[in-house]
Amino acid sequence: MSQSSAAGMDAAGIGLASMNRSTTLGGNAAGISLASMWVGFIAFAVAALLGFYQVIERIDLIPALKSPALYFGSVSTHGVLMGFVLTTFLIMGYGYYTATTSLKQNLWSKPLAWFGFWLAVVGVLLAAGPLLTGNASVLYTFYPPLMAHPAFYIGATLLVVGSWVWCLQMVVMMGIWKKAHPGETVPLAMYGTTANAILWFITSLGVAAEVLFQLIPWSLGIIETVDVGLARTLFSWTLHAIVYFWLFPAYIALYTLVPKAAGGKVFSDQMGRVAFILLLVFSVPIGFHHLYMDPFQAAGWKFLHMTGTFMVAVPTLITGFTILASLEIAGRLRGGKGVFGWIGALPWKNPMVLAAILAILMLSFGGFGGMINASYSMNTMVHNTQWVTGHFHLIFAGTTVIMYFAIAYYLWPKMTGRQLHSTALALKQLWLWFIGMLILTLPWHQLGLAGQPRRISSTPYDESLVQAWLPAEAAMIAGGAILFISALMLVYNLFKTHGNAQAETHLEVEYAESLHSVARMPKLMNSFGFWVMLVVVYMVASYGYPIGQFFLMETHGALPWSI
Amino acid sequence: MQDPLRAICDDPLERKWVWISLAMAFFLGGLLGFYAFANNVHPPSNVQTIDSTRLHLSEEFAEDNLGVKTNADGSLTVTLVAARYGFYPQRVEVPTDTQVTFRIASADVLHGIHVPTTNMTTMVVPGYISEVTTNFPRTGEFSLLCNEYCGLGHDAMWSRLVVTEKSAGGETS
Repeated sequence: MSQSSAAGMDAAGIGLASMNRSTTLGGNAAGISLASMWVGFIAFAVAALLGFYQVIERIDLIPALKSPALYFGSVSTHGVLMGFVLTTFLIMGYGYYTATTSLKQNLWSKPLAWFGFWLAVVGVLLAAGPLLTGNASVLYTFYPPLMAHPAFYIGATLLVVGSWVWCLQMVVMMGIWKKAHPGETVPLAMYGTTANAILWFITSLGVAAEVLFQLIPWSLGIIETVDVGLARTLFSWTLHAIVYFWLFPAYIALYTLVPKAAGGKVFSDQMGRVAFILLLVFSVPIGFHHLYMDPFQAAGWKFLHMTGTFMVAVPTLITGFTILASLEIAGRLRGGKGVFGWIGALPWKNPMVLAAILAILMLSFGGFGGMINASYSMNTMVHNTQWVTGHFHLIFAGTTVIMYFAIAYYLWPKMTGRQLHSTALALKQLWLWFIGMLILTLPWHQLGLAGQPRRISSTPYDESLVQAWLPAEAAMIAGGAILFISALMLVYNLFKTHGNAQAETHLEVEYAESLHSVARMPKLMNSFGFWVMLVVVYMVASYGYPIGQFFLMETHGALPWSI
Repeated sequence: MQDPLRAICDDPLERKWVWISLAMAFFLGGLLGFYAFANNVHPPSNVQTIDSTRLHLSEEFAEDNLGVKTNADGSLTVTLVAARYGFYPQRVEVPTDTQVTFRIASADVLHGIHVPTTNMTTMVVPGYISEVTTNFPRTGEFSLLCNEYCGLGHDAMWSRLVVTEKSAGGETS
């Protein structure tokens, strides 16, 4: 596409001008990708505001703000918006755009994609009613036998079913491409996206079973009680791998966009595939590290899941190596010398590169904490304390979400045909997010070690205990404020991009080439059939009996309770 | 012997790193396994059911039977009921350096129990009996608090654990 025709595109500012672009660029996915990501970022902005309110409420700073009803309603909404809405919509949008641009083919079915999108939007709106009116303050993990309004469970289900449409689309698109390109290697970006689609489908079956067979019938009065042990076991099926569903797009961007943005190549294409496959295989059957402290599963099963949890660290360690090696190649190509000289030579003023560096730093801190959480015995000291909140904010809100920002800054100009409103603002926003996240989460780790529970709206405990928490709590307010400002800067920058008079000229998504590449990719690293079978076998081994036991022993269901 | 990773990875440096990653995962998992089995340290995991709506009719969790009991071997058993919003009885006193087994049942929803700065913690799930064994090396008054969201009064759900010096005779001072 020539510069003049791009400049001549609709400048009305709604940004859907690129929908008609040729299939070699954004394909026909720009519209749905942009719409999906906007839903995600609007949810994100609302959730960031709620987060800021929560850090203030929690420390009892302003007595007039004190309200457990408001606080727990807010925490529930913050969790659902960040964990379910931002993630799912951003992943769908990025996935559609990655599929069309890396495969250079149109969406398999555009109407179906929009159907999935609207189904998910309706689900979110349906769940928003009870959430915002305090009728679903059961937190993001549902917590039966606390019971929410049925519309909350039904809305959440529609969101998940809408995302299954995306999963199907990704798998079919990869299949169509492989048929049209026999013997060729599926581009790494698409291989990762399809791995994530399959991972999410398998992952979401646990919570789907809990909601469809237990919570919805129970909340409608069709069944009287729920077995809380079974419900928590089913949720654990989803609870760990869902974070890999969120993290996957960050890894895909690290492998396929960052090396190019830094001016180099990805160190190894195959190791990216190995990492994606390991994540697919190991992240689902290990959910019991969320149940270490629960009474209804025997220790042996918990131990089995712990071993898998340590294995899932391997793909992340591989990713760390590959990305750092890729950045080093770029730094040296740019003239960096010596052991550390290449770091300074990197293009720090490129949002994608800056975000990647900050993401890896936060991943290192968060990964260290994660090893403690994963530990069969050490977890005891931090279970359900603020430490855990610190951990997942570092990995998810830090590493993962900062890469979502980078993806948005990179794709917005390509999707809208307009240049980014301000790169300088984007760089400031990324730095603020990093600084704010450290100020928020490092004190949280400390609070956790000092015994502060998570999920509390005030601290009415022994004075000696509470006094020790105050300095860290003051820090967390500063962190929350910085993060909220950073969130507003992101949304403002993306919004202003739509109306930018300057047309974007680099419309093609540039995927990194591999430094090391094999002539013929082994079949196992170019397909998923074998790996899906392996996951099924591993799942039966690690969840078969633990779920089956609830039907073999005499259990007593729990009656519903209001909050 | 040829490196089996050669099939998937061309670069010797990267293969070395993959081996290091695998070694770290196995070492850490193995270390935890060793301590778990050598010292018999396991997370609270007795799989035992109870009807939470009828705790008062069960012998163990009837009101009169709650609290601290001394077993024949000198260890203690503390029976607690967790219910919105407290742990009952609301004050528990135990000596230092004595094996204490807590047995806890919920009368209503999901709870968690934690004594901050100690390793006494477990989830309390309606329909199941939680059991956790520990001993307390330090004397003092501790908050025994609910660490799992259980409703709007969750913050207020805490009781007190008092750890006293173990007297020479092994009895509570």
